[in-house]
Amino acid sequence: MEEEKLTGSEEISAAACTVEASAAEANGLSEVNRAAAWEGCSVLLDINDGDRLVFSRLSPSASIKIGNKKCSLRPLVGCPFGSLFTVETGPGGPHLSRSAPSSAGNCVEEISKDEGQSVDEIRDNRSLIDNNTAQSLSSEDIEAMRSEGATGDEIVKALIANSSTFEKKTAFSQEKYKLKKQKKYAPKVLLRRPSMRSICETYFKKHPQRTGFMRVDTLSMLLSMANVGPYSDALVLDKLGGLVVGSVAERVGGTGYICSTYFGTVPYQIDIVRMFNFSNDVCARILQAPFNDLSPLQNTPSECAMSDPSDVGPGSPETAQPDPNELMPDSDSLLDSRNNGDDTLTGQKPVKPGRKAPPEIVKSWKDNGFTSLIVAAPEMDVENLIMDLLPLLAYSAPFAIYHQYLQPLATCMHKLQASKMAIGMQISEPWLREYQVLPSRTHPHMQMNAFGGYILSGIRISNTGGVIEDKAA
Amino acid sequence: MMVPVEQAKKLSFNRPISDGDTVIVYERHDSMRAVTVSPVSELQNRFGVFRHSDWIGKPFGSKVFSSKGGFVFLLAPTPQLWTLVLSHRTQILYLPDISFVVSYLEIVPGCIVLESGTGSGSLSTSLARAVAPSGHLFTFDFHEQRASSARADFERNGLTSLITVTVRDIQGEGFPKEHEGSVDAVFLDLPQPWLAIPSASRCLKPDAVLCSFSPCIEQVQRACETLRSSFTDIRTFEVLVRSYEIKEHRFAKSVSEEDGSPVGPPPQKRKQSTLPANKSEKTESNFSVMAKPCSTARGHTGYLTFARLTVLSN
Repeated sequence: MEEEKLTGSEEISAAACTVEASAAEANGLSEVNRAAAWEGCSVLLDINDGDRLVFSRLSPSASIKIGNKKCSLRPLVGCPFGSLFTVETGPGGPHLSRSAPSSAGNCVEEISKDEGQSVDEIRDNRSLIDNNTAQSLSSEDIEAMRSEGATGDEIVKALIANSSTFEKKTAFSQEKYKLKKQKKYAPKVLLRRPSMRSICETYFKKHPQRTGFMRVDTLSMLLSMANVGPYSDALVLDKLGGLVVGSVAERVGGTGYICSTYFGTVPYQIDIVRMFNFSNDVCARILQAPFNDLSPLQNTPSECAMSDPSDVGPGSPETAQPDPNELMPDSDSLLDSRNNGDDTLTGQKPVKPGRKAPPEIVKSWKDNGFTSLIVAAPEMDVENLIMDLLPLLAYSAPFAIYHQYLQPLATCMHKLQASKMAIGMQISEPWLREYQVLPSRTHPHMQMNAFGGYILSGIRISNTGGVIEDKAA
Repeated sequence: MMVPVEQAKKLSFNRPISDGDTVIVYERHDSMRAVTVSPVSELQNRFGVFRHSDWIGKPFGSKVFSSKGGFVFLLAPTPQLWTLVLSHRTQILYLPDISFVVSYLEIVPGCIVLESGTGSGSLSTSLARAVAPSGHLFTFDFHEQRASSARADFERNGLTSLITVTVRDIQGEGFPKEHEGSVDAVFLDLPQPWLAIPSASRCLKPDAVLCSFSPCIEQVQRACETLRSSFTDIRTFEVLVRSYEIKEHRFAKSVSEEDGSPVGPPPQKRKQSTLPANKSEKTESNFSVMAKPCSTARGHTGYLTFARLTVLSN
């Protein structure tokens, strides 16, 4: 799979947030109702049913390279999420054009069960020899067809017609052949709305090391176990680029607060938050505060080394995660959309997610305690971390700790049991398996991800130290 | 209040336990129950007799004692805890399935969600949290008594502003017309979900997600067949969880081979690849913490099939 730079980790100008906020205001749209892409929004492009996934931002100069054709993303603006596009050749060059949802992806059901079986009774591949001579159309022929304006589907039809072995294949095999050719000659681009699910899955597939190998079922469990919901005051230690902070914010949705905390003086990068297309309301709820400010032992807020936590530059020494701005070979032009922060719509003052928590809110956190704690810091010393963070939780509030290794969580659980600070503790390992469900061809996928990490969950309780307060008469 | 719907009622665990509150009484990790607090009531269990009046005024998360010195913990109810303590009128969904469903249906605050059947309300309670404070869950069950029990539970848990329970046979009649075109997510837990899929497809907004939960693969196959005409991105999963237990392992300091039997239990011969790091940590006594998977596990609950309503190009 070719390497692409994920634009979510770029430096996105504040103007992007403005565009999004004012568009939302103008259309009276809530978080939930944003059904169509708007200029400057963050999108996920799914090429050929998940073969290739690209994050992008719909700035005026944004484009994508498909095969060897570069197409502008302008046609996507205003289209509903879930719209399908194909690459068409036109007077201005190759461009993306909205297409009807073809039956290509669904052509599996064109082969009825009976037909498939009876055909298969007389066909198998015993006489098919794989020596590359079956196709009589050459690549020059195909190029000629293309320059004459043949559509992708027409080329696929021609390939099938010129294949000497096609008729001898089983029905299922023919279908597979057709799909394969369609992917190459008639690629589809699906416009998808970024959400916790799609962002997590895409990173897991493409750059799992950037998100600590966080799998979508594991992340889902963290959110449930920590009881993330409306009016939550959620404390998050996120060293996964902001994936967890963003997912928590998505669930809390404009009420409550999400405190992204950090040890030391430099906030952890949470750029992935910007891919969620959050409104100003939600962005305003995502705050950062150093642990020292939150700890009850400290009464005066510490000086922060960076004046604006959301402008953290690349390669800060305290963050162990890889530098998201590192250059990676990319064969398409996502760089354009990344650097041209030229969204010029003005209006509402943008709110950057991750601004420094105001003192009055920090005080309320100290007084009341947080209502959820999620820790996702795969390289950090979790057993000592938790002893620092757990006292910040209110009594009866749940916590969930994600880690890639079992032993630190086992030690952590043991420590917590001994300290009597938590009950209901459990170490869980989520397991996820996907199935292919097709007539006569249902089975689990051949490839499977074997490991989604471990979670230590529990509930903080009042540590009375076991002294019996006998109030009974 | 299990799911806060306004600022005043936000989850303030520091609010003391009051008369009429539902608390989750935690006896052991595998023994919990929901109790409604009343100044005249008592709780009796293996740890003794607990007077509710002792509880009133204490914060959630407190340890409370019985007349004979035993103790339990009083926890604030959450959807997770509710799933573990509710009364099972039907087979229920547990945390791994629930959490995956909520995420994969892309439910966020403000969403309108349809569910059928309500069952014992395990998933419904979590769905309510996911849509709160401005969204709504419309849940349907064809069994009148179970619908009533669910309604009673939701009322007890303060969820009536978020959940509407209706007695209706969704397989036979489909979802009510009033929901057409306005729904952000649909969840089906029905014996024959394919009968409900056409109606669901009319209720869902384009690109919105449907989920069908079925224990049997034949049901899944038939549901997927029906989904293909109006839905895309059809994916089927199994979600499970493996739990681990831990144990402290004490071993004697510097026991050499000639010294005879070591103090305490003999060291394990079995290779523990996770052990070495611990040896240097503990200075006061030689022990390490070992972890192993629990031998009992849930092997299967059901298959989860998700699909998006296809967006038409006109």
